[in-house]
Amino acid sequence: MKKRTSPVLQRFWEDKLAAACLIFLGVEILLLLVLPLFLGQDPNVTDKTAGFWAPPGAEHLLGTDDVGRDILARLLYGGQISLLVGYLSAILGTLLGVPLGLLAGYKGGKWEYWIMRACDTFQSFPSLILVLCLVSLLGPSVWNIILVQGVLGWSSVARLVYGSTLSVKKKEYVEASRALGATDRAILFRTILPNVIAPVWAAFPMKVGRAILSESSLSFLGVGLRTPQASWGNLMQNALELITLTTRPWAWIPPGLCIVVTVLALLLVGEGLRKALNPKAGR
Amino acid sequence: MKHYIVKRVLGAVPVFFGITLIVFLMMNLAPATIADAAGEGEASSAAMRAALEANLGLDQPILVRYILWLKEVLTGDLGLSYRTGQPVLRMIGQRVAPSLILTGTGVVWAVLLGIPLGVMAAWKPRSGWSKLASGLTLFSFSAPSFFLCLIAIFVFSVKLSWFPAAGMYSSGAGGDLMDLLRHLILPAAVVCLGSLGNLVRQTTSAVSEVLGEDYIRTARAKGLGEWAVLWKHAFRTALIPVLTTILNHIPHIIGGSMVVERIFGWPGMGSLLFSSVNGRDYTVIMGVTVVVALAVLVTGILMDIVYRLADPGVGWGGDRE
Repeated sequence: MKKRTSPVLQRFWEDKLAAACLIFLGVEILLLLVLPLFLGQDPNVTDKTAGFWAPPGAEHLLGTDDVGRDILARLLYGGQISLLVGYLSAILGTLLGVPLGLLAGYKGGKWEYWIMRACDTFQSFPSLILVLCLVSLLGPSVWNIILVQGVLGWSSVARLVYGSTLSVKKKEYVEASRALGATDRAILFRTILPNVIAPVWAAFPMKVGRAILSESSLSFLGVGLRTPQASWGNLMQNALELITLTTRPWAWIPPGLCIVVTVLALLLVGEGLRKALNPKAGR
Repeated sequence: MKHYIVKRVLGAVPVFFGITLIVFLMMNLAPATIADAAGEGEASSAAMRAALEANLGLDQPILVRYILWLKEVLTGDLGLSYRTGQPVLRMIGQRVAPSLILTGTGVVWAVLLGIPLGVMAAWKPRSGWSKLASGLTLFSFSAPSFFLCLIAIFVFSVKLSWFPAAGMYSSGAGGDLMDLLRHLILPAAVVCLGSLGNLVRQTTSAVSEVLGEDYIRTARAKGLGEWAVLWKHAFRTALIPVLTTILNHIPHIIGGSMVVERIFGWPGMGSLLFSSVNGRDYTVIMGVTVVVALAVLVTGILMDIVYRLADPGVGWGGDRE
């Protein structure tokens, strides 16, 4: 099934907006990793000469925070954490959801019943509540947040894969490979998986976006990551005090904009992928 | 129809048990912390701690505890709060109305704004309506609600001082409807923006799909006005996928409005949940989680029935997939 240039990729790059967003996301990761080296500010060190809440200036481009740490350095460091949580949670959820969805759709019977009832159960909770409770029980570390968001992210992927597996398994080519004596495992992973994976790819960027949004909401409300750890949501926590909200907009607007721009880019990449993978449906 | 309803309710039973099991296991992952939280200093010695655990029933096997707890939940007894000593059910009961007012208002606004906008965007795909619709959708998907809350408070409460920044009533103005409305506008607007994107997107795609159908061409050909075609034929058919969207996003909407409640100090279930998480008030956390999940489950069943009443084509046999 190898083709010289994948038509999907070709269609994706033709969509200028989505392509630009994908490039932006790549550059963003690079910048978040490289810029701190040039900035020369430690995100965890108090600058005693500048003091607390120094306004933006030559020394501290975005000023200092409530304990005198450089806000720009924390913005970059927090961005690394936010993206790490977003991408890893989405990957974990997808890795769990795909095999479960395949199993439920292909095996049917008891497998289908139990996996899909578990799906219903998980989807009838607002995921924010579950993440909130589990993270506060396990302790608010970066890895716990990734673990909880990732594990809870399985159900939407599983439902997606389940739906397409149901329709694909009746196709002639599946019958054909079974008639040729292929094992269940070979049919599942060689024949069915490549044909049901497209919607998962298209949903993946938004899954990253959702994970970033939910982590930042929790951290903002003080029930996710806590200082000295930083994430974009947690950096905005000071804005819950009226004085920071009204007089120091440079402390909370930049991380907010970072979240909006990142999630927007992820969303548009997802749209581009969806259209490229399914050229007939897109407008 | 009766057969379908019975089947649908029976289908929800395992989900209900699943929900209670998850909530129970979650809160009992670390039973020591429950005794710690309930004792809070009292349980300093090992003997006192054992007595406290026995008192709370924590010395029994976990399955027994689950069944005992489930029996109480089924009779409507969610236990007492570790913090305030009040019955959890009563504490939740006081919070239901404010939450319903906030979420309900937000969703109704989203429906009133989103459906017409979606229909217009589908009708005139290259117009300003369509651009407005896709812009709003992208914004609604990508802006975190807590950021919108901060901006709303910054602009409309602090800079313009049009609306109050927190609470449900001004102190001393208990029960005044105008006062409630003034407090409601900002948080409800944020809730509305949060669910608007999905609604606009689904309405647009559903209506534009229907507009390509043969019977729409027939209706146009027999001289029916464009407006009548749009609202009488196209929209009515498109209503079904739109209803499904609202239904599928109830958990998401509830989660979002909980964050909004917390920031605006709105005295609903979300505020209760966040304060009990901070105070490690386990019985309240369990109670709120079970009640919310149950509400989602029941709304799901009701919407499914309404859905089938609205669209006789779906019938009372299969699943909504």
